[in-house]
Amino acid sequence: MAEAPVHPSLRIAVPRGALFQETLDLLERVGVATGEVRENDRKLLFEDIGVITMRPSDVPTYVEAGAADIGITGKDVLIEQSERDVHELADLGYGRCTMIVASEAGPDPISAALRRLGVVRVATKYPRLANEYFLATGRQVEIVEVKGSVELAPIAGLADAIVDLTASGTTLRENNLVVREEIVVCTARLIANPVADRLKAPAIDALISRIAQSVAG
Amino acid sequence: MADRIPSGTRDVLPDEMRELRALTEGMRGVFDAAGYGEIYTPALEYERTFMRDGASAAGGYRLLDEHGEVLLLRSDMTVPIARVVANRYASAPTPLRFCYFAHAFRNVRPRRGQSREVLQAGVELIGAPGAAGTAEALTVLCDALWAAGLRRFRVGLGDQALYPALLNQLGVAQPAHDRILEELAAGDFVGVEREIDRLELAEADAGLLRSVPRMRGGVELLDGLTGPLREAGVGMREILALLPAHVAERVIFDFGLVRELGYYTGAIFQVYDPAHGLPLGSGGRYDELLGAFGRPLPAVGFALELERVHVALTAEERERG
Repeated sequence: MAEAPVHPSLRIAVPRGALFQETLDLLERVGVATGEVRENDRKLLFEDIGVITMRPSDVPTYVEAGAADIGITGKDVLIEQSERDVHELADLGYGRCTMIVASEAGPDPISAALRRLGVVRVATKYPRLANEYFLATGRQVEIVEVKGSVELAPIAGLADAIVDLTASGTTLRENNLVVREEIVVCTARLIANPVADRLKAPAIDALISRIAQSVAG
Repeated sequence: MADRIPSGTRDVLPDEMRELRALTEGMRGVFDAAGYGEIYTPALEYERTFMRDGASAAGGYRLLDEHGEVLLLRSDMTVPIARVVANRYASAPTPLRFCYFAHAFRNVRPRRGQSREVLQAGVELIGAPGAAGTAEALTVLCDALWAAGLRRFRVGLGDQALYPALLNQLGVAQPAHDRILEELAAGDFVGVEREIDRLELAEADAGLLRSVPRMRGGVELLDGLTGPLREAGVGMREILALLPAHVAERVIFDFGLVRELGYYTGAIFQVYDPAHGLPLGSGGRYDELLGAFGRPLPAVGFALELERVHVALTAEERERG
Protein backbone atom coordinates (compact mmCIF):
# COMPACT_ATOMS: atom_id res chain seq x y z
CA MET A 1 0.00 0.00 0.00
CA ALA A 2 1.25 3.51 -0.82
CA GLU A 3 2.57 5.66 1.99
CA ALA A 4 -0.31 7.97 2.81
CA PRO A 5 0.51 11.16 4.71
CA VAL A 6 -0.74 11.28 8.28
CA HIS A 7 -1.93 14.80 7.65
CA PRO A 8 -4.01 16.71 7.03
CA SER A 9 -6.38 13.81 6.41
CA LEU A 10 -6.72 12.64 10.02
CA ARG A 11 -7.85 14.57 13.07
CA ILE A 12 -6.26 13.20 16.24
CA ALA A 13 -7.64 13.54 19.78
CA VAL A 14 -4.66 13.90 22.14
CA PRO A 15 -5.09 13.46 25.91
CA ARG A 16 -3.70 16.14 28.21
CA GLY A 17 -2.47 14.93 31.60
CA ALA A 18 -0.34 11.88 32.38
CA LEU A 19 -0.28 10.55 28.79
CA PHE A 20 0.38 13.96 27.17
CA GLN A 21 4.18 14.02 26.81
CA GLU A 22 4.59 10.44 25.64
CA THR A 23 1.71 10.86 23.19
CA LEU A 24 3.39 13.93 21.68
CA ASP A 25 6.69 12.04 21.54
CA LEU A 26 4.98 9.22 19.67
CA LEU A 27 3.32 11.61 17.22
CA GLU A 28 6.65 13.36 16.67
CA ARG A 29 8.27 10.00 15.81
CA VAL A 30 5.59 9.23 13.20
CA GLY A 31 6.00 12.60 11.52
CA VAL A 32 3.67 15.07 13.25
CA ALA A 33 5.34 18.37 14.19
CA THR A 34 4.14 18.82 17.76
CA GLY A 35 6.22 21.86 18.75
CA GLU A 36 3.27 24.24 18.83
CA VAL A 37 1.24 21.84 21.01
CA ARG A 38 4.08 21.57 23.52
CA GLU A 39 4.51 25.34 23.74
CA ASN A 40 0.87 26.25 24.08
CA ASP A 41 -1.05 24.68 26.94
CA ARG A 42 -4.20 26.80 26.62
CA LYS A 43 -4.91 26.33 22.95
CA LEU A 44 -7.09 23.29 22.21
CA LEU A 45 -7.27 23.02 18.43
CA PHE A 46 -4.15 22.84 16.24
CA GLU A 47 -5.63 22.91 12.74
CA ASP A 48 -2.36 22.64 10.78
CA ILE A 49 -1.39 19.29 12.25
CA GLY A 50 -4.94 18.00 12.85
CA VAL A 51 -4.55 17.76 16.63
CA ILE A 52 -7.17 18.53 19.27
CA THR A 53 -6.37 18.25 22.97
CA MET A 54 -8.67 17.31 25.83
CA ARG A 55 -9.03 15.34 29.06
CA PRO A 56 -8.33 11.63 28.54
CA SER A 57 -11.89 10.71 29.56
CA ASP A 58 -13.30 12.94 26.81
CA VAL A 59 -11.29 11.27 24.03
CA PRO A 60 -13.82 8.43 23.43
CA THR A 61 -16.66 10.98 23.28
CA TYR A 62 -15.01 12.96 20.47
CA VAL A 63 -13.89 9.86 18.59
CA GLU A 64 -17.26 8.09 18.84
CA ALA A 65 -19.06 11.13 17.43
CA GLY A 66 -16.51 11.52 14.62
CA ALA A 67 -15.33 14.94 15.87
CA ALA A 68 -11.91 13.25 15.82
CA ASP A 69 -10.99 10.38 13.47
CA ILE A 70 -8.58 8.77 15.88
CA GLY A 71 -7.53 9.33 19.47
CA ILE A 72 -5.27 8.16 22.23
CA THR A 73 -6.47 7.40 25.73
CA GLY A 74 -5.93 4.98 28.61
CA LYS A 75 -7.38 1.48 28.74
CA ASP A 76 -8.90 2.51 32.11
CA VAL A 77 -11.05 5.10 30.29
CA LEU A 78 -12.07 2.56 27.64
CA ILE A 79 -13.08 -0.03 30.25
CA GLU A 80 -15.11 2.56 32.18
CA GLN A 81 -16.80 3.73 28.96
CA SER A 82 -17.09 0.26 27.40
CA GLU A 83 -20.38 1.09 25.66
CA ARG A 84 -18.67 3.64 23.40
CA ASP A 85 -18.74 2.55 19.78
CA VAL A 86 -15.07 3.02 18.88
CA HIS A 87 -12.46 0.72 17.37
CA GLU A 88 -9.53 -0.12 19.61
CA LEU A 89 -6.63 -0.44 17.20
CA ALA A 90 -3.35 -0.69 19.08
CA ASP A 91 -1.80 -1.09 22.51
CA LEU A 92 0.77 1.72 22.59
CA GLY A 93 2.54 0.28 25.63
CA TYR A 94 3.26 3.50 27.51
CA GLY A 95 1.38 5.03 30.43
CA ARG A 96 1.48 1.69 32.19
CA CYS A 97 -0.63 1.75 35.37
CA THR A 98 -2.53 -0.77 37.47
CA MET A 99 -6.15 -0.52 38.53
CA ILE A 100 -6.13 -1.50 42.19
CA VAL A 101 -8.24 -1.87 45.29
CA ALA A 102 -6.59 -0.13 48.26
CA SER A 103 -7.56 0.50 51.85
CA GLU A 104 -5.96 1.79 55.05
CA ALA A 105 -2.89 -0.07 56.34
CA GLY A 106 -3.51 -2.49 59.18
CA PRO A 107 -6.34 -5.04 59.44
CA ASP A 108 -8.22 -5.06 56.11
CA PRO A 109 -11.32 -2.81 56.46
CA ILE A 110 -12.89 -4.48 53.39
CA SER A 111 -13.35 -7.91 54.95
CA ALA A 112 -14.43 -6.34 58.25
CA ALA A 113 -17.12 -4.30 56.47
CA LEU A 114 -18.32 -7.29 54.44
CA ARG A 115 -18.49 -9.56 57.51
CA ARG A 116 -20.26 -7.13 59.84
CA LEU A 117 -22.25 -4.89 57.48
CA GLY A 118 -22.64 -7.13 54.40
CA VAL A 119 -21.47 -4.42 52.05
CA VAL A 120 -18.27 -2.55 51.33
CA ARG A 121 -18.25 1.18 50.53
CA VAL A 122 -15.83 1.97 47.72
CA ALA A 123 -14.86 5.46 46.56
CA THR A 124 -13.71 5.75 42.95
CA LYS A 125 -13.55 7.77 39.75
CA TYR A 126 -14.43 4.54 37.92
CA PRO A 127 -17.93 3.64 39.22
CA ARG A 128 -18.83 1.13 36.50
CA LEU A 129 -15.53 -0.69 36.54
CA ALA A 130 -15.49 -0.87 40.35
CA ASN A 131 -19.10 -2.04 40.54
CA GLU A 132 -18.55 -4.79 37.98
CA TYR A 133 -15.34 -5.95 39.64
CA PHE A 134 -16.91 -6.33 43.08
CA LEU A 135 -20.01 -8.03 41.65
CA ALA A 136 -17.82 -10.40 39.63
CA THR A 137 -15.90 -11.31 42.78
CA GLY A 138 -19.12 -12.02 44.68
CA ARG A 139 -19.13 -9.05 47.06
CA GLN A 140 -21.86 -6.49 47.66
CA VAL A 141 -20.62 -3.00 47.06
CA GLU A 142 -21.80 0.55 47.51
CA ILE A 143 -20.04 2.87 45.09
CA VAL A 144 -19.27 6.45 46.10
CA GLU A 145 -18.29 8.45 43.01
CA VAL A 146 -15.70 11.17 43.59
CA LYS A 147 -14.06 13.41 41.01
CA GLY A 148 -10.53 13.71 42.37
CA SER A 149 -8.10 12.84 45.23
CA VAL A 150 -9.69 9.46 45.78
CA GLU A 151 -7.07 8.67 48.47
CA LEU A 152 -8.82 11.07 50.82
CA ALA A 153 -12.01 8.98 50.99
CA PRO A 154 -10.86 6.11 53.27
CA ILE A 155 -8.71 8.24 55.57
CA ALA A 156 -11.55 10.75 56.04
CA GLY A 157 -14.06 7.95 56.66
CA LEU A 158 -16.11 8.39 53.49
CA ALA A 159 -15.43 4.83 52.28
CA ASP A 160 -13.85 1.53 53.36
CA ALA A 161 -11.69 1.28 50.25
CA ILE A 162 -10.87 2.86 46.92
CA VAL A 163 -10.58 1.64 43.35
CA ASP A 164 -8.07 3.74 41.47
CA LEU A 165 -5.24 3.76 38.97
CA THR A 166 -1.70 3.75 40.32
CA ALA A 167 1.69 3.84 38.63
CA SER A 168 4.23 3.86 41.47
CA GLY A 169 2.04 3.68 44.57
CA THR A 170 3.69 6.77 46.08
CA THR A 171 0.46 8.70 46.68
CA LEU A 172 -1.11 5.61 48.25
CA ARG A 173 1.81 5.18 50.68
CA GLU A 174 1.83 8.86 51.61
CA ASN A 175 -1.80 8.52 52.61
CA ASN A 176 -1.27 5.33 54.62
CA LEU A 177 -3.05 3.16 52.04
CA VAL A 178 -1.97 -0.31 50.90
CA VAL A 179 -2.84 -2.19 47.73
CA ARG A 180 -5.15 -5.11 48.53
CA GLU A 181 -6.00 -6.35 45.02
CA GLU A 182 -4.83 -5.73 41.47
CA ILE A 183 -7.73 -5.56 38.99
CA VAL A 184 -6.16 -4.92 35.59
CA VAL A 185 -3.06 -3.38 34.00
CA CYS A 186 -3.81 -0.38 31.77
CA THR A 187 -1.75 1.19 28.99
CA ALA A 188 -2.36 3.87 26.36
CA ARG A 189 -4.49 2.75 23.41
CA LEU A 190 -5.04 4.04 19.89
CA ILE A 191 -8.75 4.23 19.05
CA ALA A 192 -10.63 5.18 15.88
CA ASN A 193 -14.08 6.28 14.84
CA PRO A 194 -15.67 3.25 13.08
CA VAL A 195 -16.80 5.32 10.08
CA ALA A 196 -13.37 6.96 9.68
CA ASP A 197 -11.76 3.52 10.08
CA ARG A 198 -13.49 2.58 6.79
CA LEU A 199 -13.56 5.86 4.85
CA LYS A 200 -9.98 6.78 5.75
CA ALA A 201 -8.61 3.23 5.90
CA PRO A 202 -5.35 3.90 3.96
CA ALA A 203 -4.37 6.86 6.20
CA ILE A 204 -5.23 4.98 9.39
CA ASP A 205 -3.45 1.79 8.33
CA ALA A 206 -0.37 3.82 7.35
CA LEU A 207 -0.37 5.48 10.77
CA ILE A 208 -0.71 2.14 12.58
CA SER A 209 2.21 0.64 10.68
CA ARG A 210 4.39 3.70 11.39
CA ILE A 211 3.50 3.46 15.06
CA ALA A 212 4.32 -0.25 15.08
CA GLN A 213 7.71 0.51 13.49
CA SER A 214 8.47 3.28 15.96
CA VAL A 215 7.54 1.07 18.92
CA ALA A 216 9.61 -1.83 17.59
CA GLY A 217 12.57 0.41 16.69
CA MET B 1 -41.93 26.01 33.70
CA ALA B 2 -42.29 24.57 30.21
CA ASP B 3 -43.52 21.00 29.91
CA ARG B 4 -40.59 18.85 28.90
CA ILE B 5 -40.49 15.89 26.53
CA PRO B 6 -38.43 12.75 27.21
CA SER B 7 -34.73 13.01 26.35
CA GLY B 8 -34.03 11.41 23.00
CA THR B 9 -37.35 12.55 21.53
CA ARG B 10 -38.18 15.78 19.76
CA ASP B 11 -40.79 17.88 18.04
CA VAL B 12 -40.45 18.39 14.31
CA LEU B 13 -41.59 21.82 13.12
CA PRO B 14 -42.60 22.81 9.56
CA ASP B 15 -39.17 23.90 8.22
CA GLU B 16 -37.50 20.63 9.18
CA MET B 17 -40.58 18.62 8.22
CA ARG B 18 -40.54 20.12 4.73
CA GLU B 19 -36.91 19.07 4.25
CA LEU B 20 -37.52 15.60 5.66
CA ARG B 21 -40.51 15.24 3.38
CA ALA B 22 -38.47 16.19 0.29
CA LEU B 23 -35.87 13.63 1.30
CA THR B 24 -38.39 10.83 1.86
CA GLU B 25 -40.28 11.65 -1.35
CA GLY B 26 -37.06 11.13 -3.31
CA MET B 27 -36.51 7.77 -1.64
CA ARG B 28 -40.14 6.73 -2.05
CA GLY B 29 -39.87 7.37 -5.79
CA VAL B 30 -36.89 4.99 -6.01
CA PHE B 31 -38.58 2.29 -3.91
CA ASP B 32 -41.76 2.62 -5.96
CA ALA B 33 -39.98 2.40 -9.30
CA ALA B 34 -38.17 -0.75 -8.13
CA GLY B 35 -41.48 -2.39 -7.26
CA TYR B 36 -41.40 -2.05 -3.47
CA GLY B 37 -44.89 -1.51 -2.03
CA GLU B 38 -45.08 0.68 1.05
CA ILE B 39 -46.54 -0.91 4.17
CA TYR B 40 -47.12 0.15 7.75
CA THR B 41 -47.48 -2.08 10.80
CA PRO B 42 -48.56 -1.36 14.39
CA ALA B 43 -46.10 0.51 16.60
CA LEU B 44 -47.17 -1.90 19.37
CA GLU B 45 -46.61 -5.63 18.94
CA TYR B 46 -46.74 -8.54 21.32
CA GLU B 47 -43.34 -8.94 22.90
CA ARG B 48 -43.23 -12.63 21.92
CA THR B 49 -43.25 -11.65 18.23
CA PHE B 50 -39.87 -10.02 18.77
CA MET B 51 -38.57 -12.98 20.77
CA ARG B 52 -39.02 -15.40 17.84
CA ASP B 53 -35.51 -14.88 16.59
CA GLY B 54 -33.96 -15.22 20.02
CA ALA B 55 -34.36 -12.16 22.24
CA SER B 56 -33.21 -9.43 19.86
CA ALA B 57 -35.57 -6.96 21.61
CA ALA B 58 -33.78 -7.06 24.95
CA GLY B 59 -33.59 -3.29 25.32
CA GLY B 60 -37.02 -2.18 24.09
CA TYR B 61 -39.98 -0.42 25.70
CA ARG B 62 -42.59 -2.72 27.19
CA LEU B 63 -46.07 -2.15 28.57
CA LEU B 64 -48.96 -4.33 29.69
CA ASP B 65 -52.31 -4.46 27.92
CA GLU B 66 -55.67 -4.91 29.71
CA HIS B 67 -55.21 -8.72 29.71
CA GLY B 68 -51.75 -8.55 31.25
CA GLU B 69 -50.04 -9.39 27.95
CA VAL B 70 -46.63 -7.80 27.41
CA LEU B 71 -46.55 -5.37 24.49
CA LEU B 72 -43.38 -4.00 22.91
CA LEU B 73 -42.86 -0.76 21.01
CA ARG B 74 -41.30 -2.11 17.80
CA SER B 75 -37.50 -1.89 17.85
CA ASP B 76 -37.24 -2.37 14.09
CA MET B 77 -39.47 -2.99 11.06
CA THR B 78 -37.84 -6.19 9.82
CA VAL B 79 -39.46 -8.45 12.43
CA PRO B 80 -43.01 -7.03 11.93
CA ILE B 81 -42.65 -7.44 8.16
CA ALA B 82 -41.51 -11.05 8.64
CA ARG B 83 -44.70 -11.57 10.68
CA VAL B 84 -46.85 -9.93 7.98
CA VAL B 85 -45.35 -12.11 5.25
CA ALA B 86 -45.98 -15.33 7.19
CA ASN B 87 -49.55 -14.32 8.17
CA ARG B 88 -50.89 -12.34 5.25
CA TYR B 89 -48.80 -13.59 2.32
CA ALA B 90 -48.64 -17.25 3.38
CA SER B 91 -48.97 -18.56 -0.16
CA ALA B 92 -48.21 -15.47 -2.27
CA PRO B 93 -45.68 -15.94 -5.07
CA THR B 94 -42.19 -14.65 -4.34
CA PRO B 95 -40.16 -12.51 -4.38
CA LEU B 96 -42.10 -10.03 -2.26
CA ARG B 97 -40.97 -6.43 -2.10
CA PHE B 98 -41.91 -4.06 0.71
CA CYS B 99 -40.71 -0.64 1.78
CA TYR B 100 -41.53 1.48 4.82
CA PHE B 101 -41.11 4.89 6.42
CA ALA B 102 -41.73 4.34 10.11
CA HIS B 103 -40.45 4.98 13.61
CA ALA B 104 -38.58 2.39 15.65
CA PHE B 105 -38.09 2.75 19.40
CA ARG B 106 -34.89 2.12 21.33
CA ASN B 107 -33.65 2.55 24.87
CA VAL B 108 -30.94 5.17 25.20
CA ARG B 109 -28.09 5.83 27.58
CA PRO B 110 -28.37 9.15 29.39
CA ARG B 111 -26.55 12.22 28.04
CA ARG B 112 -25.32 10.53 24.88
CA GLY B 113 -27.51 12.36 22.38
CA GLN B 114 -29.14 9.12 21.24
CA SER B 115 -32.71 9.00 19.94
CA ARG B 116 -35.43 6.93 21.56
CA GLU B 117 -37.63 7.33 18.52
CA VAL B 118 -35.80 6.74 15.24
CA LEU B 119 -37.40 7.53 11.88
CA GLN B 120 -36.32 4.80 9.47
CA ALA B 121 -36.69 4.28 5.74
CA GLY B 122 -36.03 0.80 4.47
CA VAL B 123 -36.89 -2.11 2.24
CA GLU B 124 -37.29 -5.85 2.68
CA LEU B 125 -36.80 -8.16 -0.30
CA ILE B 126 -38.24 -11.55 0.60
CA GLY B 127 -37.78 -14.77 -1.35
CA ALA B 128 -34.79 -13.55 -3.35
CA PRO B 129 -31.84 -15.74 -2.38
CA GLY B 130 -28.11 -15.25 -2.58
CA ALA B 131 -26.03 -12.77 -4.50
CA ALA B 132 -28.84 -11.65 -6.84
CA GLY B 133 -31.09 -10.59 -3.95
CA THR B 134 -28.24 -8.89 -2.13
CA ALA B 135 -27.18 -7.01 -5.28
CA GLU B 136 -30.74 -5.77 -5.83
CA ALA B 137 -30.97 -4.50 -2.23
CA LEU B 138 -27.59 -2.74 -2.53
CA THR B 139 -28.67 -1.10 -5.78
CA VAL B 140 -31.95 0.17 -4.31
CA LEU B 141 -30.00 1.42 -1.27
CA CYS B 142 -27.54 3.45 -3.35
CA ASP B 143 -30.24 4.81 -5.65
CA ALA B 144 -32.33 5.90 -2.63
CA LEU B 145 -29.39 7.77 -1.06
CA TRP B 146 -28.61 9.41 -4.39
CA ALA B 147 -32.28 10.45 -4.78
CA ALA B 148 -32.17 11.90 -1.26
CA GLY B 149 -29.36 14.15 -2.46
CA LEU B 150 -26.24 12.52 -0.97
CA ARG B 151 -23.22 12.34 -3.27
CA ARG B 152 -20.31 11.12 -1.11
CA PHE B 153 -21.75 8.11 0.72
CA ARG B 154 -20.09 4.68 0.67
CA VAL B 155 -21.53 1.28 1.50
CA GLY B 156 -19.49 -1.21 3.53
CA LEU B 157 -20.16 -4.82 2.48
CA GLY B 158 -19.18 -7.68 4.76
CA ASP B 159 -20.21 -11.24 5.42
CA GLN B 160 -21.46 -12.27 8.86
CA ALA B 161 -20.30 -15.85 8.20
CA LEU B 162 -16.82 -15.05 6.83
CA TYR B 163 -14.74 -14.82 9.98
CA PRO B 164 -16.51 -17.63 11.87
CA ALA B 165 -15.91 -19.88 8.84
CA LEU B 166 -12.24 -18.91 8.82
CA LEU B 167 -11.96 -19.72 12.54
CA ASN B 168 -13.55 -23.13 11.92
CA GLN B 169 -11.28 -23.80 8.99
CA LEU B 170 -8.20 -23.14 11.12
CA GLY B 171 -9.54 -25.38 13.88
CA VAL B 172 -10.20 -22.69 16.50
CA ALA B 173 -12.44 -24.41 19.04
CA GLN B 174 -14.76 -23.07 21.74
CA PRO B 175 -14.61 -21.07 23.94
CA ALA B 176 -11.87 -19.12 22.09
CA HIS B 177 -14.00 -19.07 18.91
CA ASP B 178 -16.83 -17.04 20.50
CA ARG B 179 -14.46 -14.88 22.55
CA ILE B 180 -12.68 -13.75 19.38
CA LEU B 181 -16.02 -12.98 17.69
CA GLU B 182 -17.15 -10.98 20.72
CA GLU B 183 -13.99 -8.86 20.66
CA LEU B 184 -14.46 -8.35 16.92
CA ALA B 185 -18.12 -7.30 17.28
CA ALA B 186 -17.02 -4.84 20.00
CA GLY B 187 -14.41 -3.35 17.63
CA ASP B 188 -11.60 -4.30 20.03
CA PHE B 189 -8.84 -5.35 17.64
CA VAL B 190 -6.29 -5.39 20.48
CA GLY B 191 -8.53 -7.96 22.20
CA VAL B 192 -8.80 -10.00 18.98
CA GLU B 193 -4.98 -10.14 18.76
CA ARG B 194 -4.66 -11.07 22.43
CA GLU B 195 -7.10 -13.98 22.02
CA ILE B 196 -5.36 -15.17 18.84
CA ASP B 197 -1.94 -15.02 20.50
CA ARG B 198 -3.23 -17.25 23.30
CA LEU B 199 -4.11 -20.00 20.81
CA GLU B 200 -0.48 -20.76 19.88
CA LEU B 201 -1.35 -21.40 16.23
CA ALA B 202 1.18 -21.73 13.44
CA GLU B 203 2.47 -18.22 12.70
CA ALA B 204 0.98 -18.17 9.18
CA ASP B 205 -2.49 -19.02 10.51
CA ALA B 206 -2.25 -16.54 13.39
CA GLY B 207 -1.08 -13.85 10.97
CA LEU B 208 -4.07 -14.54 8.73
CA LEU B 209 -6.53 -14.33 11.63
CA ARG B 210 -4.92 -11.06 12.77
CA SER B 211 -4.93 -9.41 9.36
CA VAL B 212 -8.36 -10.41 7.99
CA PRO B 213 -10.46 -8.22 10.33
CA ARG B 214 -8.49 -5.16 9.12
CA MET B 215 -8.93 -5.96 5.41
CA ARG B 216 -11.22 -3.37 3.87
CA GLY B 217 -11.11 -1.47 0.60
CA GLY B 218 -12.34 -1.29 -2.99
CA VAL B 219 -12.64 -4.07 -5.57
CA GLU B 220 -8.85 -4.49 -5.58
CA LEU B 221 -9.24 -6.21 -2.20
CA LEU B 222 -10.89 -9.19 -3.93
CA ASP B 223 -8.03 -9.70 -6.40
CA GLY B 224 -5.32 -12.19 -5.69
CA LEU B 225 -6.83 -13.79 -2.59
CA THR B 226 -5.20 -17.12 -1.85
CA GLY B 227 -5.68 -20.06 0.49
CA PRO B 228 -8.65 -19.89 2.86
CA LEU B 229 -9.27 -16.28 1.82
CA ARG B 230 -10.05 -17.27 -1.76
CA GLU B 231 -13.06 -19.15 -0.44
CA ALA B 232 -14.07 -16.19 1.72
CA GLY B 233 -13.90 -13.79 -1.20
CA VAL B 234 -16.10 -15.92 -3.49
CA GLY B 235 -19.40 -14.67 -2.01
CA MET B 236 -18.40 -11.02 -2.31
CA ARG B 237 -17.15 -11.49 -5.86
CA GLU B 238 -20.49 -13.04 -6.86
CA ILE B 239 -22.29 -9.97 -5.52
CA LEU B 240 -19.82 -7.62 -7.19
CA ALA B 241 -20.41 -9.30 -10.56
CA LEU B 242 -24.11 -8.40 -10.34
CA LEU B 243 -23.72 -4.76 -9.25
CA PRO B 244 -24.11 -1.93 -11.76
CA ALA B 245 -20.98 0.22 -12.01
CA HIS B 246 -22.46 3.20 -10.14
CA VAL B 247 -23.13 0.92 -7.14
CA ALA B 248 -19.91 -1.12 -7.31
CA GLU B 249 -17.77 2.03 -7.12
CA ARG B 250 -19.38 2.95 -3.79
CA VAL B 251 -18.78 -0.41 -2.09
CA ILE B 252 -16.09 -0.86 0.54
CA PHE B 253 -15.45 -4.59 0.87
CA ASP B 254 -14.88 -5.19 4.55
CA PHE B 255 -13.75 -8.61 5.85
CA GLY B 256 -13.95 -7.42 9.46
CA LEU B 257 -17.54 -6.17 9.36
CA VAL B 258 -19.80 -8.07 11.77
CA ARG B 259 -23.16 -7.12 13.24
CA GLU B 260 -24.42 -7.92 16.70
CA LEU B 261 -28.11 -8.12 15.77
CA GLY B 262 -29.02 -11.80 16.03
CA TYR B 263 -30.84 -12.54 12.78
CA TYR B 264 -28.21 -11.75 10.13
CA THR B 265 -26.89 -14.81 8.29
CA GLY B 266 -24.73 -13.76 5.32
CA ALA B 267 -23.97 -10.52 3.52
CA ILE B 268 -24.27 -7.45 5.77
CA PHE B 269 -23.92 -3.78 4.95
CA GLN B 270 -23.41 -0.44 6.61
CA VAL B 271 -23.76 3.05 5.11
CA TYR B 272 -21.04 5.65 5.72
CA ASP B 273 -20.85 9.33 4.87
CA PRO B 274 -17.86 11.61 5.53
CA ALA B 275 -20.25 14.20 7.02
CA HIS B 276 -21.45 11.94 9.85
CA GLY B 277 -19.46 10.10 12.55
CA LEU B 278 -22.05 7.33 12.84
CA PRO B 279 -23.31 4.96 10.13
CA LEU B 280 -26.38 6.31 8.31
CA GLY B 281 -27.96 2.88 8.15
CA SER B 282 -27.35 -0.81 7.83
CA GLY B 283 -28.79 -4.04 6.56
CA GLY B 284 -28.06 -7.54 5.39
CA ARG B 285 -29.32 -11.04 4.68
CA TYR B 286 -31.53 -12.80 7.21
CA ASP B 287 -32.24 -16.16 5.61
CA GLU B 288 -33.51 -17.87 8.79
CA LEU B 289 -35.86 -15.26 10.30
CA LEU B 290 -38.90 -15.92 8.08
CA GLY B 291 -38.72 -19.62 8.96
CA ALA B 292 -39.20 -18.72 12.63
CA PHE B 293 -42.58 -17.21 11.62
CA GLY B 294 -43.60 -20.26 9.58
CA ARG B 295 -42.78 -19.33 6.01
CA PRO B 296 -39.12 -20.18 5.41
CA LEU B 297 -37.80 -17.79 2.78
CA PRO B 298 -34.39 -16.21 2.21
CA ALA B 299 -34.52 -12.43 2.64
CA VAL B 300 -32.45 -9.27 2.61
CA GLY B 301 -33.15 -5.68 3.61
CA PHE B 302 -31.80 -2.42 4.93
CA ALA B 303 -32.89 0.48 7.14
CA LEU B 304 -31.66 4.07 6.94
CA GLU B 305 -31.85 6.49 9.86
CA LEU B 306 -33.43 9.52 8.24
CA GLU B 307 -32.30 12.05 10.83
CA ARG B 308 -28.68 11.08 10.16
CA VAL B 309 -29.23 11.19 6.39
CA HIS B 310 -30.66 14.69 6.89
CA VAL B 311 -27.65 15.79 8.99
CA ALA B 312 -25.23 14.45 6.36
CA LEU B 313 -27.20 16.14 3.59
CA THR B 314 -27.17 19.57 5.26
CA ALA B 315 -23.41 19.24 5.90
CA GLU B 316 -22.81 18.26 2.30
CA GLU B 317 -24.92 21.14 0.98
CA ARG B 318 -23.06 23.55 3.26
CA GLU B 319 -19.70 22.39 1.91
CA ARG B 320 -20.93 22.60 -1.68
CA GLY B 321 -21.99 26.18 -0.90
